[in-house]
Amino acid sequence: MALMHFRRAISFLLLSMLALPAIAVAQETTDASGDEPERVHPLFDAGKLLATGGVSQVEGAGGGGLATWAVIGGYGTNDGVGVTVHETFIGLRSFDLNSAGIAVGLYDRVELSYAHQTFDTLDTGVALGLGRNFKFDEDVYGAKVRLFGQLVYDQSSWLPQTAVGVEYRSNDRPDILKAVGAQDANGVDFYAAATKLVLAESLLVSGAVRFTRANQFGILGFGSAAHSDYQPEFEGSVAYLFSKHFAVGAEYRTKPDNLGFSEQNAYDLFAAYFINKHASVTLAYVDLGTIATRRDQNGVFASLQLGI
Amino acid sequence: MYRPLRQTAPVLATFAFLLFGVPVSADTTLYDDLGGKDGVTAITAVMIDNALADDRIKATFDDINIPRLKGLLYQQFCTLTGGPCQYKRRSMQETHAGLNLHESDFNALVEDLEAAMDARDIPWSTQVKLLAILAPMERDVVKQ
Repeated sequence: MALMHFRRAISFLLLSMLALPAIAVAQETTDASGDEPERVHPLFDAGKLLATGGVSQVEGAGGGGLATWAVIGGYGTNDGVGVTVHETFIGLRSFDLNSAGIAVGLYDRVELSYAHQTFDTLDTGVALGLGRNFKFDEDVYGAKVRLFGQLVYDQSSWLPQTAVGVEYRSNDRPDILKAVGAQDANGVDFYAAATKLVLAESLLVSGAVRFTRANQFGILGFGSAAHSDYQPEFEGSVAYLFSKHFAVGAEYRTKPDNLGFSEQNAYDLFAAYFINKHASVTLAYVDLGTIATRRDQNGVFASLQLGI
Repeated sequence: MYRPLRQTAPVLATFAFLLFGVPVSADTTLYDDLGGKDGVTAITAVMIDNALADDRIKATFDDINIPRLKGLLYQQFCTLTGGPCQYKRRSMQETHAGLNLHESDFNALVEDLEAAMDARDIPWSTQVKLLAILAPMERDVVKQ
């Protein structure tokens, strides 16, 4: 089952990569006419300003590391396309979480994203009766649409950039999830996000409301017999830009507690360094609270994003 | 469902620091912070020199009187930053009409401006003040 998801992830990534040269060729052929050198706009225009595409969220979308933002990921402008791939490692006291994925930003309007998450129970798997290094794998498919507001150019009003999105998550351990009391192994989240850049103050503030049934981001399934309904959860971020390359901030994300495992809210303190428009790294201290009865699940969040 | 305040307090404190702990600059104009007449003259001139060497946008400056453009830009930046000037010229829409500029062209010029300010050692906290004033012009410049 996990292997199937992994194969799907790989094929999706490869297909995405294959599409790139094809699009580039299509671009060049439009250039081959006329004597007057008409300026041709490249499809992958890398035209946004540094850092304004955000980083890669653990779910694969463009945003903060943990919290959802209204940005369309990558550096494509409203005339271009941007593609970002990420690899994120979260090392907690009792568990590891890996996330690898891709986000494609289309014309700064639509973002399609995919992430494959692997939650490794490490030695804790033995104590939980699952076995050492027992893993939960989850696929997250996302789509986000920017509604109104422009992060960078709306500096003379308080209008934030806003977006709505949907995420489909599918977990590969339905039997185990049923045993711990989750109702479903897959689920759909809906969210609305607003992100404001106050450029003159080098400050970014973002908030989102997510309607979800996910237990621990879906790693422990969705809903329970006692709590099967959608709940609105809050996600907030504040970031301060010390330069166009370097941002430091904090994020907060509330989560439902459907399973009665005292699931807690998550937060992180992060530093993001944008080397250029093709590479950025994020380092954070992250605290996800209690996970599967294991308390104080805090640790390191390290992420690398590469893009065109 | 939610953590008790005891647990959220450090997070809220961090948010509050980031929101309100940002130092406020002294009571000088942005024009002064950018180096006054010499500084703003150099910044606008170097920005245009950078743009003329920028493969992404240099073609958009064909048939343009560069010394005149530098002079007008100085006047405009001087006015916008609280300097002793009064820029009264045609609107940004008019001056960019027919150029078919893209958002990426606007941002390329922004990057050329940032490089010009970096060359003058203008601190980022001052740079963003100017960028914030110029940013809304994207609507008047692009696709006119």
